[in-house]
Amino acid sequence: MAYSKKVIEKFENTLNNPSAFHVGRLDPKAKNVGTGMVGAPACGDVMRLQIEVDKNNKISNCKFKTYGCGSAIASSQQMIEMLVGKTLKEAKKIKDRDIAEILELPAIKIHCSVLAEDSIKKAIADYESKKA
Amino acid sequence: MQGNQFYFDYASTTPVDPRVAKRMIEFMSVDGHFGNPGSRSHSFGWKADEAVEKARMQVATLVGADPREIVWTSGATESDNLAIKGAAKFYESKGKHIITSKIEHKAVLDPCRQLEREGFEVTYIDPDETGVVSLEMLKKYIRNDTILISLMHINNELGSVNDIEKIGAYTRKKGIIFHVDAAQSTGKLDIDLANLNVDLMSFSAHKTYGPKGVGALYVCRKPRIRLEALIHGGGQERGFRAGTLPTHQIVGMGEAFDLAKHEMQEDNKKITKLSRLFWNEVSEIDEIYLNGDMKNKVPNIINISFAYIEGESLIMGLKDVAVSSGSACTSASLEPSYVLRALGRADELAHSSIRFSFGRFTTEEEVKEVAKTTKRVVAQLRELSPLWDMFLDGVDLEKVEWAPH
Repeated sequence: MAYSKKVIEKFENTLNNPSAFHVGRLDPKAKNVGTGMVGAPACGDVMRLQIEVDKNNKISNCKFKTYGCGSAIASSQQMIEMLVGKTLKEAKKIKDRDIAEILELPAIKIHCSVLAEDSIKKAIADYESKKA
Repeated sequence: MQGNQFYFDYASTTPVDPRVAKRMIEFMSVDGHFGNPGSRSHSFGWKADEAVEKARMQVATLVGADPREIVWTSGATESDNLAIKGAAKFYESKGKHIITSKIEHKAVLDPCRQLEREGFEVTYIDPDETGVVSLEMLKKYIRNDTILISLMHINNELGSVNDIEKIGAYTRKKGIIFHVDAAQSTGKLDIDLANLNVDLMSFSAHKTYGPKGVGALYVCRKPRIRLEALIHGGGQERGFRAGTLPTHQIVGMGEAFDLAKHEMQEDNKKITKLSRLFWNEVSEIDEIYLNGDMKNKVPNIINISFAYIEGESLIMGLKDVAVSSGSACTSASLEPSYVLRALGRADELAHSSIRFSFGRFTTEEEVKEVAKTTKRVVAQLRELSPLWDMFLDGVDLEKVEWAPH
């Protein structure tokens, strides 16, 4: 698979220094945490993205774990990087194509960025359902 | 090793042995024997023809055949095509049913699909969970109009071995043509066609330290097997396969098979030792599955599923190691390995499989280094895997409601 340098760099950084690159988990039961898990093992990718939201409705912390190919791992990490410090409203505006563009994903790997967008949508929905 | 790269993909292709390359060069340029082996009117042709016939003998000798039973082709894919389509078309008046297995190489499956489009009926048998098709399994599908059975000797993904001796004895009695794809076999297992009831056998040069672009098909003379040719032209290879013979390629294949004849035992002894060493190291990792059966496979191939991580990311993590994966992500079709699926492996285990294959030039240091790297990268990727988390938490992944996309 001919990946861009960015995908490879992101993948390797995440692999070699997981805690510095937001790998981990937050307590899914906490009131201020939203969890989004998408994908299926049979399809070859599962992404779990978690956000911690502060009083100002800003994302103060993010954690993820991803089972999948190199570009799925790079896409989740890229998504997380774009989320920290954003309000929920701003976070909802991040699109799969933004990630695909930044990482220069090959056409066959676009679904990895779609997965990242789906997971943040689900995480926000989970958080909002707890508030409701 | 090339630079810092470790080559663990010998089942995909092997480097040309330097001794083979040296011989090949003698048959190309103006100061060598570059003549057309088909030229009967001068010494350039005679010299080339002599070399081709010597190579034919070398190939025949390795597999216990008569040199007149060896037909040169462009590789095992062409040999498979010629055997399957050629036999089916020649014998179609006897019946139009063919049997093969679901884990054959595409070079067998695709010609079978083509024959289906042309009105033949093909039965694709499920192998057992170790990748083996037995005579008992075959017998259930043999019909009065079955004309051809095509099975591989050694599976290229698993290294599993079919009992072609037993199957051949039965098909010969029944008058069914038996084709064996032996692309992975030469130099790994003894083949003695004089004592095997195999009618057609495909060979490749580049899996046995010969050049790419050349192969051979064994066509049994007793009983005499006839084929309809696929390529028509100058009548070379007794009409089985037209086209000017590529002398240097053929010389390379002959030389490579001759080396295999003499060095096979030693090669295998070494590879068996390396294979054991590798498995001993890697099997320390939790939650891994050997695909195939250790007791019935060639040692040069080890196919492992590493649960809860995906194969392509493992390949990326093993960036200095050249291996193959059954993961969908490494294929253009995004489908996981059809071979592993046919064994009944869950899709997720097919996604997480890696084939390590060793060869003549693999060293103990390389094996140790790659085993060490594999252990490290698997642990790193599991640290990243939500599935591993869930497994450690005791969650039954079968019962999770997933959100496939």
